[in-house]
Amino acid sequence: MSGGKGLIADPVTGTTTTGFGAAMPPADGRPRLPGSLHLNRRLSQWLSFHADGRVTITPGKVELGQGILTTLSQIAAEELDVDFGRIAVTPAATPTSPDEAVTSGSLSTQDSGGALRHACAQARAIFLGVVAQRTGVPVDSITVEDGVFLGPAGAIGSYWALADQALLETEATPDATPKPPGARRIAGTSVPRLDLPDKVFGAARYVHDLRLPGMLQARMIRPPSRRATLTAIADGALPGDARVVRDGDFLAVLAATEWEAEAAATRLAARCTWQERDTLPDQASLAVWLRDAATRGERSEVASRGTPGTAGRTLKREFLRPYLAHASIGPSCAVALWEGDTVTVWSHTQGPYNLRADIAKTLRCPAEKVVVRHREGAGCYGHNGADDVALDAVLAARAVPGTPVRMLWSRAEELGWSPFSPAMLVEVEADLDADGGIAAWRSHIVSNGHSSRPGRDPAPTLLAASMLADPFPVKPSINPPMAAGGGAPRNGVPLYAFPALKVETTRLLEMPVRTSALRGLGATLNVWAIESVLDEAAALAGEDPLDFRLRHLEAKRAVAVLERVAAMAGWRTRQRREGWGMGIGFARYKNNGAWAAVVAEVEARERILCRRLWIAGDVGEVVNPDGVANQFEGGAIHGTSVALLEEVRFDRRRITSDGWDSFPILRFSEVPQVAVDIIARPDQPFLGAGEASMAPTIAAIAGAITDALGIRPRALPFTPDRLAAAA
Amino acid sequence: MVAFTLNGAPVALEVSPDASLLHALRGPAGLSGPRFGCGTEQCGTCMVLLDGAPSYACTLAASACAGRAVTTVEGLGTPDAPHPLQAAFLAEQAGQCGYCLSGILVSAAALLARDPDPDDGAIRAALDPHLCRCGSHNRILRAVRRAAAAMRVPA
Ligand code: FES
Ligand code: FES
Repeated sequence: MSGGKGLIADPVTGTTTTGFGAAMPPADGRPRLPGSLHLNRRLSQWLSFHADGRVTITPGKVELGQGILTTLSQIAAEELDVDFGRIAVTPAATPTSPDEAVTSGSLSTQDSGGALRHACAQARAIFLGVVAQRTGVPVDSITVEDGVFLGPAGAIGSYWALADQALLETEATPDATPKPPGARRIAGTSVPRLDLPDKVFGAARYVHDLRLPGMLQARMIRPPSRRATLTAIADGALPGDARVVRDGDFLAVLAATEWEAEAAATRLAARCTWQERDTLPDQASLAVWLRDAATRGERSEVASRGTPGTAGRTLKREFLRPYLAHASIGPSCAVALWEGDTVTVWSHTQGPYNLRADIAKTLRCPAEKVVVRHREGAGCYGHNGADDVALDAVLAARAVPGTPVRMLWSRAEELGWSPFSPAMLVEVEADLDADGGIAAWRSHIVSNGHSSRPGRDPAPTLLAASMLADPFPVKPSINPPMAAGGGAPRNGVPLYAFPALKVETTRLLEMPVRTSALRGLGATLNVWAIESVLDEAAALAGEDPLDFRLRHLEAKRAVAVLERVAAMAGWRTRQRREGWGMGIGFARYKNNGAWAAVVAEVEARERILCRRLWIAGDVGEVVNPDGVANQFEGGAIHGTSVALLEEVRFDRRRITSDGWDSFPILRFSEVPQVAVDIIARPDQPFLGAGEASMAPTIAAIAGAITDALGIRPRALPFTPDRLAAAA
Repeated sequence: MVAFTLNGAPVALEVSPDASLLHALRGPAGLSGPRFGCGTEQCGTCMVLLDGAPSYACTLAASACAGRAVTTVEGLGTPDAPHPLQAAFLAEQAGQCGYCLSGILVSAAALLARDPDPDDGAIRAALDPHLCRCGSHNRILRAVRRAAAAMRVPA
């Protein structure tokens, strides 16, 4: 571990990188403070009071549609004892917001919520201390009611009266005491989302809607295939006043209107000559490629314990997953403006500081010359094109200093050029004991790395950086360290109490398709692999899948979610129905986050339809119950879509699944009914909610397919072709 | 120049003759509700009502709207006077990122205008042209049912 700010030595790559979430920054000799407060200790970085009775909070985490700003506002209102309506949130921006690294990993409530809870409790104590000193009323006799300080004889001050006192220009200390769980009134209730009204009335809330005076519209002209190089552009007119910006293989057009920019991009694309070559593996034999590339990869041990005895019977199974796309509904967008040697970019990035670092590296300028201002985008489920398009905008806008430029990706770019979640292969061997239980577990997880997020490598990882005339190399993606949940091996270590266990992973060092983090990372495959082998062992032992899990589980909270979901779904009294099946899946996200158990019911028609899902979760303390339910349900529907439909397609040169017809996702007509129940644990730490339900949903659907058809799927997605191959 | 009725008021917009309605609405008309998602009638984020019928603004030529009535999500209601659907979407907290909602709301409004009491299958069918990546579907279905019930109660 390095002692630098937010630096973590990656055990897989050996490189030192900025933190993958600040929940547990390395010990640095300073008193430990909660979440991101440890590295951003100044109270004024987190909140400010205004004389007109408002409170502004300024977290470094960003709204992705997950409702985090509402959750953080609840936490602040609670600790300050002000009405929720007084809280306003300023979107994150460099250089003033706290550096909370990336909004990812289901860590925002821990990182930012933990920090704000402590900072607000401390702010409250500081203000009360000042008022006590001025009025002589002892602190213990002062209460706070909607921001007004009340002594035994009535009001003696308020946050607003002291707003300009610079009382928050101080560092946080460990001695603030947030409220005990029983005293909370706002945190723990389903406060309506702050951002939703704008979205329901069509307001200009997204970065896509930003309109700056004189702004030009920009579009990219992409190569026809991966790593193609631009050899010539034929001369010819462009519509309107459109102009071309080229730097190596980076090619963009600028025009006054979106229509002209699109027309110009189409015309320019037709005039380009590209040199193409085969760079992609054969999709039809992805497993073969993964196995072969693994022989040249970097193999490491993830976990091991116990010594396997002599096996009675060994189950050897293999699980495969294709590349997956983020498939956000809105294509990535950014607005950039150059003024002198400084550039400002408005972006739906997950990590403003990380993006700033990589733009600066690409421009070979100091980070201070780049300002990143967060604006919301369409839903974000991981490292999508948001960062890439920001650099595209910056490069395009460099041609027109003083003029703002809005860069918008096409649907084909969004589905074809964003980073993908890597294809993966998991090989499992499970030794069964005399009772049919699992005595020893060995697995090997083969995958590209699951992170190429900006800000973590000496070289920029943004798409355009590799396309410039003076290009930066594309390095193979890395995996977050296991302490941060791991990447490919995320959830690869079974939580079940198998006496002996050895889990290994191989990170591929060749990366034909650029890969990075998508909701769940490796968990989407690892959880299913584990749960599938458990189902099979249970069947061999003649045991119910639920009972078999319970007898291998020790953690009480694991047992609690499984029992709860079984009760919700009527698991123990389920009846067989021809063509229908039920399955169960369980995981604790990252093995240190939220607990989730899912029961799925499927109907087998010409293809598999998931009809119902029941989910029991445990996320520790819940700040906004409806928000957590929304995240669990959204993750489960995402998981259903991945299970049944999703697969990035390619030939030897091109990603071919670059439209909604070739990359279908689950639609209204096919969406299952979902019931979610979150077990209340108000006295437990936050565990995060956004990613917990997805992987166990996939596992439950696979189990339900086996129940319905007697087929054990071995490869995602569970399409008729794949199921026929597994039969 | 193309003239039509936009959210109940006459407009005359300066657009190139072959520009799409979506570009006209987001450009010269200055709206943000209709959103670009694909440009190929595959996602529904751009959906508007053309003389009351759901239509993809991304492929519809602005010039084809001359003399007709275009309704966007902005025309359904405002924070002060929300359409029952908008009120219901807020009551059900139906949405995450919300990027899909503008289109879904206008399609749902067209559905309820022709069928005040649609069953689950009818609602799903009406919304099937719309993609939602955040998985807000069930909340959206509940919100449409809630709005339908509210609209059936005589004021
Ligand atoms: S943008 Fe019109 S259907 Fe997608
Ligand atoms: S709420 Fe995000 S796409 Fe529907």
